[in-house]
Amino acid sequence: MGALQSSPGQPEYIDLAEKTGFSFEQIGVLHKRFKQLSHNETTLRRDHFNEIPDLACNPIRAQIIEAFFDRRNYRQNGEGTVDEIGFEEFLVVMSHFRPPSLNMTDEQRESVRKEKLRFLFNMHDTDNDGTITLEEYRHVVEELLSRSGALGKETAKSIADAAMLEVASISMGHMEPDEFYEGITFEHFLKLLAGFEIESKMNIRFLNMDTTTLCK
Amino acid sequence: PWLLVLLILLCWSVTDTKRVNETWGNPARATQDDPHHQTNSTGHKKAFPVLSFHYEEVKKPLEISLWILLALLMKLGFHIIPRVSNVVPESCLLIFVGLLVGGIIKAIGGEAPGLDAKLFFYYLLPPIILDAGYFLPIRPFTENLGTILVFAVVGTLWNAFFIGGMMYGVLDLLSCLLFGSIISAVDPVAVLAVFEEIHINELLHILVFGESLLNDAVTVVLYHLFKEFAHAGTVTVADAFLGVVCFFVVSLGGIMVGAIYGILGAFTSRFTAHTRVIEPLFVFLYSYMAYLSAEVFHLSGIMSLIACGVVMRPYVEANISHKSYTTIKYFLKMWSSVSETLIFIFLGVSTVAGPHAWNWTFVIVTVILCLVSRVLGVIGLTYIINKFRIVKLTKKDQFIVAYGGLRGAIAFSLGFLLTDSDMKNLFLTAIITVIFFTVFVQGMTIRPLVELLAVKKKKESKGSINEEIHTQFLDHLLTGIEDICGHYGHHHWKDKLNRFNKAYVKRWLIRGERSTEPQLISFYNKMEMKQAMMLVESGSAAKLPTIVSSVSMQNIQTKGPARRRAIPSISKSREEEIRKILRANLQKTRQRLRSYSRHDLLIDPFEDVSEVRFRKQRVEMERRMSHYLTVPAKSQETPPVRKVCFESEHQIYTYDDSESPRGSAQASRPHPSSPDAVSLLDESPQRPSQRGALRTRGDAEVRAKAPDDKEEQDQLKLSRCLSDPGPKKDEEEDGSFLS
Repeated sequence: MGALQSSPGQPEYIDLAEKTGFSFEQIGVLHKRFKQLSHNETTLRRDHFNEIPDLACNPIRAQIIEAFFDRRNYRQNGEGTVDEIGFEEFLVVMSHFRPPSLNMTDEQRESVRKEKLRFLFNMHDTDNDGTITLEEYRHVVEELLSRSGALGKETAKSIADAAMLEVASISMGHMEPDEFYEGITFEHFLKLLAGFEIESKMNIRFLNMDTTTLCK
Repeated sequence: PWLLVLLILLCWSVTDTKRVNETWGNPARATQDDPHHQTNSTGHKKAFPVLSFHYEEVKKPLEISLWILLALLMKLGFHIIPRVSNVVPESCLLIFVGLLVGGIIKAIGGEAPGLDAKLFFYYLLPPIILDAGYFLPIRPFTENLGTILVFAVVGTLWNAFFIGGMMYGVLDLLSCLLFGSIISAVDPVAVLAVFEEIHINELLHILVFGESLLNDAVTVVLYHLFKEFAHAGTVTVADAFLGVVCFFVVSLGGIMVGAIYGILGAFTSRFTAHTRVIEPLFVFLYSYMAYLSAEVFHLSGIMSLIACGVVMRPYVEANISHKSYTTIKYFLKMWSSVSETLIFIFLGVSTVAGPHAWNWTFVIVTVILCLVSRVLGVIGLTYIINKFRIVKLTKKDQFIVAYGGLRGAIAFSLGFLLTDSDMKNLFLTAIITVIFFTVFVQGMTIRPLVELLAVKKKKESKGSINEEIHTQFLDHLLTGIEDICGHYGHHHWKDKLNRFNKAYVKRWLIRGERSTEPQLISFYNKMEMKQAMMLVESGSAAKLPTIVSSVSMQNIQTKGPARRRAIPSISKSREEEIRKILRANLQKTRQRLRSYSRHDLLIDPFEDVSEVRFRKQRVEMERRMSHYLTVPAKSQETPPVRKVCFESEHQIYTYDDSESPRGSAQASRPHPSSPDAVSLLDESPQRPSQRGALRTRGDAEVRAKAPDDKEEQDQLKLSRCLSDPGPKKDEEEDGSFLS
């Protein structure tokens, strides 16, 4: 990206703003943060993320970092992972966490919901096959409980099994005894979290003012 | 008809007291003279009173009980006649009943009891607030705390000054401001009563309700402030400044007092493992003490009570037994329900009883001003708030918030506490009119309006474990993203608080190893417990609510590679050996599968009774089953029974690896035609757990009774199970099958 100054109104910013829906100030702030994280290089790598101290005690740190390098989240229908990302990809991933605006139609809200749920789905479905299998779900629960230490794998397994059973019964209703539930597809995932109101929950506040200097 | 009788009795008792009071002097003297008489004139004795009437001694408790009984019967009556209670909210009906009772009492000629302020503030209000505070949904409350505070503090201030200022023409400024401060506060009791029945979505409910709770601090400060100044006559800037300081002291002080008592209560509950019976009392008493202590210093009692409940709850619930939890829940609901009913009835009675000074202009202007100021306040504040909210409030939301600003008994009691006599009556009349207007008009119309505007209703939460997993997941995800973005937002601080809580506080306040239990696991435990208890209570007759339909563990367990080797042609004896080995493995798999069963409870340290009962039932079931199935084994001519049972054993463990030689046989089997086999196949594939055991018991009986039909099915089954052994094999297996 060359020597990009952080002043708004740059042609690249206009392009990005259109693509992701952020305002110029927000893009400016995020760009500053990007440069801070990458030590003024043009791309971020995984170890840059690993350096963030606050992230160290997060139980699902690995999945979060993976999500940034997952091409499915770049809205270009890509697949697979990359090893380093530029500012545009960083911004696109961040835009998944923008709140829906006030004057959206129901359809737009629905698409925002789907997008956010797709992001979550991609985080769970680590092998890119389009379904969340029992193993993958177990892994999710294990990671969530990983900080608890003593209670270990058995409980995580039972919880994941119970959760899977629930999904299966919600999506499939009745199953023959010799049928096998392959895994959670995206449609089932949508159905599962239908009442969850994710468009109101999965948002963070993107500031217009620069407070990155206050934090590490 | 008996309701009327009760009413009459109540009124008569109230009026009687008046008459009795006047003649109290005489009977007292008379009874005092009697013993004199008796000692003096021992020769002439009065007949011993077999049945005497000593009403005065039990008057007070009797009256109280009669009132409460009346209130409850009324409540009962409304629910038996559903048509009326669908249109009119309960609070309206109760006020109406109060009016009736007051009217009757007045007609009889007695003096109706007014709503005594002390009774209200110390006995009737605390249970309602404690119930609300203890069961406050924390997550939506903290997420919307900013909005709630703005509405509560700024909104109430705006209301008070607007109303007081507009009334300036009628009375002097300070009295007007005093009046404004009394009438401006949204009342939690009325809001609870009305909003409970309309089931709107969580956000709106918590906004209005939270506002009604938190504006108590503002009300207290303003009320006392203006009361002092109404006597003094003038107010200076210094006083205004002191008022602001007072507000902070009152609110923060109240919260601190509540939090201290909450922590004390949590700490006490850590040691109550051996005295389970008194656990609920600790909760109630500590909370009540918090309320009273706050009232001693004129701090906000309501906020203290809420803080106590909120702080205490997570730790107490981890420590107390399940029964104590249920007790607390039901006692709180019961007390708050009774209090609410009594409050509304008394409101009605006081309306009839109280001295009134009806001033058309004052009253009408008050009502209109209340509405106008509320609407203006909400719209203005929402405009400002929406700049800071992530999820904005829509016009519909604003309308409901504005419309839900109901006034209630707190305003009335505060007015009652005023000492100035002529103003007081004027104020009281206006306050009652406003209360009536808001409760009747707004309360009745809010339900059709909610339907009309298609406001989102409360979603029925089924306690889904998936949603809980994702709630936790989202929490961590959002915290992580915030950290990556580099600003310390809402999630970051919440995460920090949680970690602090886990590291230090929980260790002090929660007993035993539960202190380190993560939230997901405790949620899961609670859910399993609930389902297990449902299962035990429903017994074998009723069907379990199909949270899990017919999907069972085997549908999701990985099959592993379906090994379909050709069945080798080996000698009979080798076959038996292989079968023995397979059977032995089956036993082991059965044990393993059982640990994955949903109906196996994790060992809960608190409340094992249901689990014990559960296991006992199961063991009993299995013993009975084994009895049924081993009996026919003695007589060798019922091979089908055992064959059948062998099949059922088959069925359950279809997907076990060791069963793979039979895999081909199973897979090629068409859907069974014989009814008996159908019943078997239908039932046994149910998860290899309690349910299976319960069902197959009935099944076993059927099988034992009808061995004859099996003869013709013999051939069918034989053809299906290629490697089905002879009956002699199964005798000892049956026993071990069920051991």
